Order: sequence, then C-alpha cells, then structure tokens
Amino acid sequence: MTPDERGRFGEYGGRFAPETLLSALDELEAAFAEAWEDDAFRAELDALLATYVGRPTPVYHATRLSEQLGVDLWLKREDLAHTGAHKINNTVGQALLTRRMGKPRVIAETGAGQHGVATATASALLGLDCVVYMGAKDMERQALNVYRMELLGAEVVPVDVGAATLKEAVSEALRDWVASVDSTHYIIGSVVGPHPFPWMVREFQRVIGEEMRTQLKRPDVVVACVGGGSNSIGAFSAYIGDPDVRLVGVEAGGYGIATGKHGASLSAGSPGVLHGSYTYLLQDEGGQILEAHSVSAGLDYPGVGPEHAFLRDAGVVDYESVTDEQAIAALHLLSRTEGIIPALEPAHALAWVVDNADALRGKTIAMVLSGRGDKDVQEVAGRDG
Amino acid sequence: MADSGTERIRSMFAAAAEQGRAALLPFMTAGIPDPESSLAMFQAMTAADGFEVGIPYADPLMDGPVIASAGRRAIDLGMTIDAGLELVHQVAATTGKPVIVMTYANPVLQYGIDRFVDAIAAGGAVGMIIADLPVEEAAPFLEGGRRRDVGMALFVAPTTTDERLERIVAAQPAFLYGVARLGVTGEQSELAATASELAQRVRAVTDLPLVLGVGISTPYQAVEAGAVADGVIVGSALVRRVLEAEDAEQAAEALGAAVDELAAAMRGSES
Repeated sequence: MTPDERGRFGEYGGRFAPETLLSALDELEAAFAEAWEDDAFRAELDALLATYVGRPTPVYHATRLSEQLGVDLWLKREDLAHTGAHKINNTVGQALLTRRMGKPRVIAETGAGQHGVATATASALLGLDCVVYMGAKDMERQALNVYRMELLGAEVVPVDVGAATLKEAVSEALRDWVASVDSTHYIIGSVVGPHPFPWMVREFQRVIGEEMRTQLKRPDVVVACVGGGSNSIGAFSAYIGDPDVRLVGVEAGGYGIATGKHGASLSAGSPGVLHGSYTYLLQDEGGQILEAHSVSAGLDYPGVGPEHAFLRDAGVVDYESVTDEQAIAALHLLSRTEGIIPALEPAHALAWVVDNADALRGKTIAMVLSGRGDKDVQEVAGRDG
Repeated sequence: MADSGTERIRSMFAAAAEQGRAALLPFMTAGIPDPESSLAMFQAMTAADGFEVGIPYADPLMDGPVIASAGRRAIDLGMTIDAGLELVHQVAATTGKPVIVMTYANPVLQYGIDRFVDAIAAGGAVGMIIADLPVEEAAPFLEGGRRRDVGMALFVAPTTTDERLERIVAAQPAFLYGVARLGVTGEQSELAATASELAQRVRAVTDLPLVLGVGISTPYQAVEAGAVADGVIVGSALVRRVLEAEDAEQAAEALGAAVDELAAAMRGSES
C-alpha cells in the first residue's frame, strides 16, 4: 500500500521529527517520488542491481532440510547478494538518490554492521563521504564488520550511551542529520523512521518479493525475520492480497517474551512514537523506550516499521517470535544440513519453521535468507565454547 | 479567575519589552541534580522571567549530550511524568512566574494528550513545547492546548521553507520557538547568523511572539538573540552547571549567578 499524504499506513507512521528536518523530509519525498517514476533512474538502479549487487539472487530448494522437517522449504538467497545481505538493495538505491539530490555526504546507523557495510559499499561505489554510527556494544560483537566499513573508506563513530546498540545509533545519526541536513542524506537501514523512509525503503526492497514471484510457484507460507522489518516487507509486498499465501514475520524472542528481555515489539509492545514514526514499540507506562534484547544485533531494536504495525492490526501478517536459543539451534541446523551458515537474523525465521514443522507438514514454504552468517560466527562460537 | 495561559505568556513578553529587552527563559531538566533538590534549582534562578521545565525523556532527538544525560540521570533517580507535573505545580506556585512545559511526543501520547494538558493547566503551567512535533502532527496537541488555554508552541528552523512557515503560522500556535542554529541543543561560542535571518523571516509574516533557543549559552549570545526575539531560552549551559556541581547547594548558587549574569547583560544592552 502507499501511505497517505501524511505518511500514514492507517494510523501508523507519520513524521514525529524536529522541525529542522522537515524540509529535508519534504525534499526527500519529492526527490524519491520523481526518481521512482523516472525510467533513467530505474534503469541505472536495475543495471547496478544486476551487475554489481548480483541480482536476481537465486531461490534454492533446501532438499535435505525439507526431508528432515517434512516440509517443502525454499530459501530466497539474499545472503548471496554483494556484501552478504539484502541491505545493499536499499543502500544502492538511496546512494543513487543522494547523488541525484546533489548531496556529497551520507550518514547511516548500523546494528549488526550489515547496513553499515552496505552503506559504506554504496558510498565507495558512488564517491560519497560516509559516516556510520554504531553502538559501542555492537562494535564489540561485530568487530569484523567495523573493519570492513573502514576498509571501504567509511568513518565508524561509536555511540556509547544507554544500551549502546541500534536504538542509540539511530538517535545519534538523527542528531547528526539535524545539524548537517544541508549537505547530508541519512541512509536509514530499515523501513523505520519518519515518512518517507518506511515507504521508500520498502520500495527499494520490493525487488526481493518480485523476484520470488517469478522464481517460485505460489508458496503456502512466506516467512521472514522482522527487526525493523525491511527484508520481510520486501518479500511480503509481492504477496499481500493473495488470500492463499500465509505471511509470517518472526521477531526476536530473546530470553523469552515472559522475561521481558526480547525485541518483539509487535508481539509484546504497544503503539507509540520512536525515531520519527508512530508504531509498535517496547516502552514503559511513562512512554520511556525500553531496551530490547536479542542475540542478533540486527533484531535488537525496540521498534518496528509502521507498515508492519498496520499489517499486524489488519491481520494480514502473523507475527510470531522465537528465542535466542532456538535461533542459534537453527543456525547450526542449516549449516550442517545444507552447508549454508545463515546470519542470526534469518535463523529466527528458520527456527519458527522448525518449531512449527508438524503443523506445516507438506506445505511449500518460502523463507527469506536475508544474510549470511560470517559476522555471527564469533558470537556463536563464544556461546558454544 | 486567573489570567489564561496565552495571556500570561503575552504579558511576560510585554513586560520585558517595556524594559527594552527580551524575556529570559531558562530551561532546566526536572529532577536534577536529584528529584528532591529540583525545585530549589528553579527557585535559585531569581532573575528569570519565566521557566521552561523539561520533563525528561530518555531518547531526546533534539537534545545534545548535556541535556540528554541530564534526562537520563533524572529518570535513573526515579523522575516520572507525575513527579515532573508535580514539580511544574510547585515551581509555578512558589515562584509565581510563568512556567512552560517541554517534553517529547511519546510521553504525552502515553499519558494521554488531554490528561496531560489538564494536569499541566491544573498545575499552573502557561504553555507547552513538544520537541519532536512538527505542524503536520500537531493538531491534536494544539486542540488540547486551546481547550484548557495552555499556549502550545510550534518550532521554526533555519531550514524551514517559506511555504512551511506559512503553514506553521496558520496553525495558530501561542508562540513560535525559533531554532537559532542547525543542530541539537548545546553550547556554542557565537550566535549563528541563521538566528537573526530566521527572526527577520518570522517577523515579516507574523506578530506571534518568537523565542529563540538551541545553541545560546553566553550572555553575549543572549543579548544578540534578545535583540531580534521576544524571548531567549538558555538550556545546556545552565544544565551543565547543575550536573557539574558537587552538591545541590553549589548547583543552586552557580545557577543563580549564571542567570543573574545573563539577565544583567540583557537588561544592560539597551542602556
């Protein structure tokens, strides 16, 4: 769906941002709308997606795992895209748009480091200055990605307040943007933030679902992990409106929903404002944002994209959650049965399939394997050791 | 019945203007250096014309490190919205000066807009400022404010286009909060040239009262800002003095002296 003129999906979304940024948001909305209708822009983006990113990414039939689980499981291999995750679809698009708007500098936030790497990559590709904000705690657990960003010419700025994870990194990037908006574009990494970001980022990620539709006959279930929710919305958007396809978004259950230490805003949160939009989030009674928890840095976020909030209330998508432990077990399972080490984020989607294998018996399941697991090997090894 | 909020805001600016100066509105986070001593901080700022009381929010996008850390400290020490509203009441009652409440959208939405406005009106506050609320999202807050005659501010920034400025003025806020420089709150050595340009643009289209804030910390900057605006907000420079003080007594002393200095400079500028 297209958000209304106030940037709302139903009641969710909008623009809760300091006035300083509003002209830039207006400008961005107009620039994106114009570029998205411009054949030359689309042709340049498509060419880069084909020759640089490596699209279309394949759909792989996980034969051994299908047999073991008693389902028919297909994996959309976003882990094979350049830089190893779906994030690059969005950053190449936004970097092209930055150049079109005549801005020489981009900033980004990153949790797991995948979006930071993808932004640094697109910036190197197009000759843009790039600064990435990253929580100090995330920099520790994703040291390899920090070095990758630096190799690509980006400056990585540690954010050492609060929980020092993704939420703080987004806030710090927004603060930078409030001061630098004249010369800088903020390449936000998910379908979150003030309008037009949730809409624009979804449009850049739609390619995932559009390819799936041509590569795969209609599945019974499409499943993807949901942190901010960009890979899932990219896949779901091609199937929304098809009553025969069940859509499932899997959130981070952390130590378990009952413990309060999780990242499941849709399953266990309530509506409020975070980072510019009205959406489901984890908060206390006083409206203070709570710390999320997930073993996966990419899902360790107390909010979610506003379109997901709308889809949840409308009953279009089922939102479920799995625990850290289940996700780690799923990472091991896919590694051993298929020779694919998934990132911890999509391991959540797989863990849901494993957990529900009996109910899904014989069904065709399309799962978005949104990123590869190299970045998580150290984290997992630390837990297993 | 006492004067309404918007009338009291206007008379505060008018009284300062009669003395040939702008009103001085110090910002202070509610609950620092600790919730018990917070009221004394406001009482120490005797030279202020009114106050901006910040109800702390842990993820303040418009605030730099000083005010952000003050908010986190207050929350860690147990400051809640209810405690903040009680403080607003005490500040208004014991100083007799106009009190404007400043916070972010989410705490107000969770509390309930009408319930929040009712509470601050009952506590004697005259106005409210919501830092992450542009005109697009402001309608229910403006309505709530009008219902209880609490003067709601809207922001204008150096980046605000003429078209947006028109829209903001048309929404009829009680006053305008001009962002003196591009960026979050914090101390700067000079007043940005953008501040006077912004003030001129605002003056050209409306008679609404204009306060300038963000990046105003020294007496010199306050005088410069006061020359083009009806009111001046100083925040980070004062909050920092409280955070750095060894105890509440020292904090109150440092705060009182800093506000005296600002006020003296602003009074002296026309003589």
